[in-house]
Amino acid sequence: MTENAAPNNIEQDTMQNGVVVVEMVHLRKSFEDNHVLRDINLVLHKGENLVVLGKSGTGKSVLIKCIVGLIDCDYGSLAVFGRDISDLSDEELIETRRKIGFLFQSAALYDSMSVRENLQFPLRRQLHSIPKEKMNSLIKEALENVGLAKAIDKTPTELSGGMRKRLGLARTLILKPEIMLYDEPTTGLDPITGKEISKLILEVQHKYDTSSVIITHDMECARLTADRIVIIKDGMCEAEGSFDELRNSTDAWIRSFFE
Amino acid sequence: MEPRIKIRSITRERIEENFLASVFGKFFIEVASLASFTLRFFKEALKPPYEFNELLKQSFLVGYKSFPLVAITGFIIGLVSTIQSRPTLVKFGAVSMLPAMVAISLIREIGPVITALIFAGKVGSGIGAELASMKVTEQIDAMQVSGTNPFKFLVVTRVLAATMMLPLLAVLADALGLLGSLVGVNLNGNVSASFYFLQVFQSLRFGDLLPAIVKTFFFGFAIGLIGCYKGYYANTGTEGVGKAANSAVVFGSLLVFIIDMIAVQITSLYQY
Repeated sequence: MTENAAPNNIEQDTMQNGVVVVEMVHLRKSFEDNHVLRDINLVLHKGENLVVLGKSGTGKSVLIKCIVGLIDCDYGSLAVFGRDISDLSDEELIETRRKIGFLFQSAALYDSMSVRENLQFPLRRQLHSIPKEKMNSLIKEALENVGLAKAIDKTPTELSGGMRKRLGLARTLILKPEIMLYDEPTTGLDPITGKEISKLILEVQHKYDTSSVIITHDMECARLTADRIVIIKDGMCEAEGSFDELRNSTDAWIRSFFE
Repeated sequence: MEPRIKIRSITRERIEENFLASVFGKFFIEVASLASFTLRFFKEALKPPYEFNELLKQSFLVGYKSFPLVAITGFIIGLVSTIQSRPTLVKFGAVSMLPAMVAISLIREIGPVITALIFAGKVGSGIGAELASMKVTEQIDAMQVSGTNPFKFLVVTRVLAATMMLPLLAVLADALGLLGSLVGVNLNGNVSASFYFLQVFQSLRFGDLLPAIVKTFFFGFAIGLIGCYKGYYANTGTEGVGKAANSAVVFGSLLVFIIDMIAVQITSLYQY
């Protein structure tokens, strides 16, 4: 377990833990006087599930929105697949985003579209000349992966919270991203559905060899999915380690997350 | 006592200064932000790829679905203005001028403005609420993450659809308004349709029709742009959705009157 994690040396880290797909060095982000991220140093390795914990309002969602370029950071560097996100042109940013999936807290489904159209949308935008048969088979596969094959002609408003989360996941996975960013994937769900979503995250990682950053307050989700956990406090990485290491920490504040 | 009064007076002045600075500051920030939004619209509208399918879909939603409301309103306005004008013209012995008077007022002013106001209420508020709710539920972020330019897909298509559809709706409202006027004339007399329309077209000049149509393009553009602007930059939360819809109608309608005032001034420069 590492407390007050220091900046990593990417070359050394790559040799020890595998390819680094996301690297943040001295990342800072403020909204007027609110300094949300003060000094974040973090790496995500290929095929790894990294869980980020922290109290509400500590900037966990801001962190993953920075990774996908939805929010620009104020200071520091953020490299995705070895390239600094702030140096990318609009076209390069779109190309990078194609390799990143983002499951929003609210699932962010397009309410004016059916389940089928929600899945067609990213395919049509990204793979312009995709044949109809190929598109239908990809949609079918994506829905079967999340157990929603029968809901293909429903609208998002007809789905339950768990089904909406699964559909959001299917829409994200249909483009087979290399990095998955989950923003509180089990929030608002009952324990059983939450566990199903956690298992689905693991299945996705094994099936597509994705690297994931999972923001959660759900300790069961963290226990099931995490290869490594980072705890954020006051805009900095306060502690880092495996689930068991952090749960048995000598620091009472860190242990309080697991009680 | 004197220092106390002085302190109170200074404090009040400061409050007033800050208040005015805050009000004017907000106003100029809003104007600058809208100007930047408008420039971005032109930049994105001219840059390929073009969203033709979405533009067609939005044109259908904005135009076709507004048609019944505009048609009924146009017909009623024509009918009512004929019935209301008749007694005055009878008093002056100028009842034969009724078709010409209604046609000119309807085509030059009432038709385009009433259509634009209905359009602002129905389409402007709809666009504002839709985009604001998409923002609140992170759908715009989701679109951006999936590699789509949400400004081009959501804003450009809606503004263009509003700009193209409002003139068509205004022409339809004018036509149905004239039909309503024919019905109004026949409530107190017996005038054939051919005689009525002969009188109408004899009184109208091309100079009456063209500026009226041209200004509806600007009305449509303003309504679409304000609706998108208010929705796209809405505050998060359900309150933001309501505010976006409300201010889209208020500012859209206000802009319609301002544009109309400018258009009338420009038109009168050329006509007289």
